[in-house]
Amino acid sequence: MNVKEKLVTAGLCTTALISLVILFIVVGYIFVNGIGAISLEFLLESPYRFEQGGIFPQIIGSLCLVAVCLLFAVPLGIASAIYLAEYAPDNVVTGSVRFFVGCLAGIPSIVIGLFGLVFLVYYLGFGISMLSGGLALGVMILPWTVRASEEAIKTVPQAYREASLALGATKLQTIRSVVLKSAYPGIITGVLLGVGKAIGETAVVLLTAGSGLESFLPRSVFDPVGSLPVYVYMLATQGHTSAAFAATFGASLVLIALFLSISVFALVLRNRYIKRMTGGRRG
Amino acid sequence: MYYRDGTVHGLKDVSIKIAANKITALIGPSGCGKTTFLRSLNRMNELKGATTKGEVLLDGKNIYDGKEDVIQLRKRVGMVFQQPNPFPMSIYDNVAYGPRIHGQRNKNLDAVVEESLKKAALWDEVNDRLGENALGFSGGQQQRLCIARALAVNPEVILFDEPCSALDPISTARIEELLKELKRDYTIVIVTHNMQQAARTSDFTAFFLMGELIEFGETKKIFERPKDKRTEDYITGRFG
Repeated sequence: MNVKEKLVTAGLCTTALISLVILFIVVGYIFVNGIGAISLEFLLESPYRFEQGGIFPQIIGSLCLVAVCLLFAVPLGIASAIYLAEYAPDNVVTGSVRFFVGCLAGIPSIVIGLFGLVFLVYYLGFGISMLSGGLALGVMILPWTVRASEEAIKTVPQAYREASLALGATKLQTIRSVVLKSAYPGIITGVLLGVGKAIGETAVVLLTAGSGLESFLPRSVFDPVGSLPVYVYMLATQGHTSAAFAATFGASLVLIALFLSISVFALVLRNRYIKRMTGGRRG
Repeated sequence: MYYRDGTVHGLKDVSIKIAANKITALIGPSGCGKTTFLRSLNRMNELKGATTKGEVLLDGKNIYDGKEDVIQLRKRVGMVFQQPNPFPMSIYDNVAYGPRIHGQRNKNLDAVVEESLKKAALWDEVNDRLGENALGFSGGQQQRLCIARALAVNPEVILFDEPCSALDPISTARIEELLKELKRDYTIVIVTHNMQQAARTSDFTAFFLMGELIEFGETKKIFERPKDKRTEDYITGRFG
């Protein structure tokens, strides 16, 4: 059986390596084709006649959209998760709420974009703007923030709640001071997942936030914003020159770098929390 | 007082007077209702959706009276659980948790924390490590931390639910010593599976069996001359 085990281990190792290799190929290709376009001007100037100039408004736009998206989806997600995990009775109604929130995750992003266009842009009158784009993205990532937060809250041991209540704390105090604090690492993971989906989302943003080639910075949430994914889409489908080709990959590279920085920041934050909660040694 | 647990009648017709500043032990085989009874003393059984009929009087007032504040009750009647359950925070924050949620300002906390840890016989071991996370300490230390945590809110009664069953003999002995000291200032009720522990440490003992109180009295009398045959059988180990 030793041979069998060795074969299985080798097989699993190979599949992991294949995943890694695919990742490196994709990122590598983007890097090789895009690094040439990266320059200080590229990062700090505005687009001019398609591929000329730079992508500064797009970088700012993507960050703004993610910010609005998180401002909407994180508090709502955590609050919903607290309700579902701590207050909701265990019945069909609660189960249905969970089910429908989950369904939201299955809606194609173009449909969410359409919803954003009809409801946010036209009906509510927000227009093509950072607000419309951010809110639509928020709706898109809501199932992830709710689900991850709920899982994280449920994982907190009941023993902590009992200890807190036995000391005379109210349920709300218990949730705030013990449960949520313990759940933060899981919540951060869920938020990070959402950020990844939102920052690279093209369909939703295309329909609600702007054409992608904006050359100005937004002055309020009601202004349209550029964004990196839509810029890439525009240039990829309509650019003809080699400069356009390079700019497309340059913008993609910046997008990946942006997401990686946010991930690293979030993971460092998460690990800090975990360290603070588990102590250095095991008893 | 009796207690109905929905469709399951957890405890029937129990009536006990618990003496102040003494240790009262609740003994009996598993599932006999002793923990249920203990948890009814600080209304913790409500967490499991249990309903109670009857009264529990603290200083003459029924704690189950709708007007009585359960928060204040739990400040006066503290609890230490079977599995040590310190919060995933520093030693200091664990002990300070109770006073903080009851509104005590940060500047007075140092004194409260030190006093509570001293009363729980833990201060000497941790006073230079107050900022360290509680989960990094041994089981015995964690349990004494839980005791300090309960002491920090200045209760009158402390309920112990098999506090030593998850600990080694040496930690157990230390906590038993601690209980004897604590009874000078607090009223102690302890549920224990360990009859020798009850015999060693308590002043009064209550024997429970299948949801009923079989016998209650001074520990010496219960163990040397039990009145009920079932008590005698349990104490001599014929079942349990």
